[in-house]
Amino acid sequence: MTALVPLIVALPLLGAAIALMLGQRRRLQVIVSIMSLSAAAVMSAVLLVAVDRTGPAVVKVGGWEAPWGIVLVVDRLSAIMLLIAALMLLGVLIFAVGQGIIDGDAEAPVSIFHPTYLVLAAGLFNAFVAGDLFTMYVGFEMLLSASYVLLTLGGTGARIRVGITYIVVSLVSSLLFLSAIALIYGATGTVTLALIAERMPQLPGDVQLILGLLLLIAFGVKAAVFPMSFWLPDSYPTAPAPVTAVFAGLLTKVGVYAILRTQTLFFPENQFSVPLMVVAALTMLVGILGALAQADIKRLLSFTLVSHIGYMLFGIAIGTPLAIAATIFYVVHHITVQTTLFLAAGLIDRVGGTTSLSRLGGLLKSAPLVAILFFLGALNLGGIPPFSGFLGKIALFQAGTILGDPIIYVLIGAGALTSLLTLYALARAWNMAFWRPKKEVADFTSTMSASLVEDPQDEGIVLKKTISPLMIGATTSMLVLTLGLSVFAGPIFELTARAAANISSPSTYIDAVFPNGTGYIEGTNRGTNFEGGTE
Amino acid sequence: MSASLTLVIVMAVMYAAGVYVMLERSLTRVLIGFLLVGNATNLLIFIMSGRPGSSPIVTGTSLDDSMVDPIPQVLMLTAIVINFGITALLLALIYRSWWLAQLGDEGDTLTDEHAAETPAEVDETFRSSSDDDDAIAESIDEFERGDGAHSDEEGTGAAAGAAAHAADAPRHAPPVVVAPKPADQDRATRPGEEGSR
Repeated sequence: MTALVPLIVALPLLGAAIALMLGQRRRLQVIVSIMSLSAAAVMSAVLLVAVDRTGPAVVKVGGWEAPWGIVLVVDRLSAIMLLIAALMLLGVLIFAVGQGIIDGDAEAPVSIFHPTYLVLAAGLFNAFVAGDLFTMYVGFEMLLSASYVLLTLGGTGARIRVGITYIVVSLVSSLLFLSAIALIYGATGTVTLALIAERMPQLPGDVQLILGLLLLIAFGVKAAVFPMSFWLPDSYPTAPAPVTAVFAGLLTKVGVYAILRTQTLFFPENQFSVPLMVVAALTMLVGILGALAQADIKRLLSFTLVSHIGYMLFGIAIGTPLAIAATIFYVVHHITVQTTLFLAAGLIDRVGGTTSLSRLGGLLKSAPLVAILFFLGALNLGGIPPFSGFLGKIALFQAGTILGDPIIYVLIGAGALTSLLTLYALARAWNMAFWRPKKEVADFTSTMSASLVEDPQDEGIVLKKTISPLMIGATTSMLVLTLGLSVFAGPIFELTARAAANISSPSTYIDAVFPNGTGYIEGTNRGTNFEGGTE
Repeated sequence: MSASLTLVIVMAVMYAAGVYVMLERSLTRVLIGFLLVGNATNLLIFIMSGRPGSSPIVTGTSLDDSMVDPIPQVLMLTAIVINFGITALLLALIYRSWWLAQLGDEGDTLTDEHAAETPAEVDETFRSSSDDDDAIAESIDEFERGDGAHSDEEGTGAAAGAAAHAADAPRHAPPVVVAPKPADQDRATRPGEEGSR
């Protein structure tokens, strides 16, 4: 079973190499990439079941013992993330294939799309299975490099413009992460997560503070946490619809995963609770206020994406096992629903010819299926019972009230307000794009739309394109998955609760990586003691 | 842990300069800033390996206390490779962005300025440039053979010189103007064979 852990990273990489060699033979490329992602999904499902039954799977790469070699660790949290990421990647890939078939592959140079997409998948998986900080960094770099290429696919003016912003911001955060790794190595003498987890609490408080804040800032940029979220709503909507969907669903969540992992492992006393709560509230409110002003559906969704990262930070900030369980549940919910909504926005773009609310109308009649997809996704994101969005938020609020600090009540208020405003923004989008008849679009005046700001990149073009059954099918299956999360919320929440129990006590993780204890590991990095590494 | 003060100062200066340059609007400077900050970070990792020592190559089972810590070097190496790849990507993007700034999105769909030429004109362009090459080769031959051979093939020698001048001009400029008439007509009948005569 442990063989699956490295394989889940290696297989998409191998697929990428084969897809690259197949170059112009698109049908074969499609088969290769769909097969490798399906295999990854199956493997991660097997891993999840196995890990849930028998505890974390630990692989020592190349047979080198933990603090000296690279370890890959899959515990319940990693396995959940792997499975949901693989499913999302597969669904979006099918959507992209459907779009490529309809467009005759004219718009994007597909020969590089598939290999890059698979490298992105491999990077994501690598970040999730990494058992040391540096492997996590390598995984981040893999997925980021792939995302640079995917975001600037085709090299049009708009994409290059926003792509450069995105790349420079990501590079800065990567360099911060690397500096944080260097400093953590300097302070603890290791990059292995489990060993850092053991040594970090022994450091002086101020050193812990600096290291923790550096990590938080580095991951916060990737997760689009409030002061560092400015880049996201500009860059994501410009990419092709499937690329935006996968970025929105997964890329920010890698940052959240990294924050969750490092906070629970390195800082089990939850020292960063209050600052995290402050940025969580600001992320929620500032994000959703931005969404209210957007006339473009893709930008609106990007702002709600930023805003809902706040909920996950809120859960991490509370830090109790219940809150962590709710956070993991919310991450899973948010990945699926955000991907579905962006795919639905891609469909709206094609049937309506634009994603600007001021020019859309009458879609309920002309595209009832797309209307259902968007409506259910929007209700779910807005937190209407009985959907998973509601359940995730309720679980978070419940975990907060148990602790009962005044600041937590402020946050619960902010969370409820954000939820309502999300519902307002999405209901307005629904009203204008779907509910209002097409003939009213021309001279439409409403107080609801008075504050809307168009996308600065928008050139007012209305260009309708046909949609293929494959695209509808992919979006529908994503939606079915989100509904499944609501229907089976009980068992899934139990699973996330077990995952949370795993990670809320670092000792489980440490024991998995070092079954014989860490006593035999001497010294640190001072160049004096690393005996035992060569035995 | 002991570290070299020089390295720390160099790192600090590189961080400062890198961040400063990165804040410029020009993309090339952003790239330079990225390189500086990236290498400063590599230095930071290096500094974390502590005091210098002998190379960490383990022969047999003996471990030497004077060895340096190898892990930061491994981390640095990986980081350098990653930075290298990203630099290449950034350069490509900067070039693309420059291209778009110069020509806009239409740059990709610019009409071919030679599209209107008739096949005969195209033929002329290509034939004359290959002739240029031949002529240059011949004039080099002549130069190597010295002045004695020059009197034998006076006509073609002059033509070759003229054609060599024409090679300096842009390829699509009509070289016919500078080439002497008789040699040119000769070439029109037997393209590419002048050098072997």
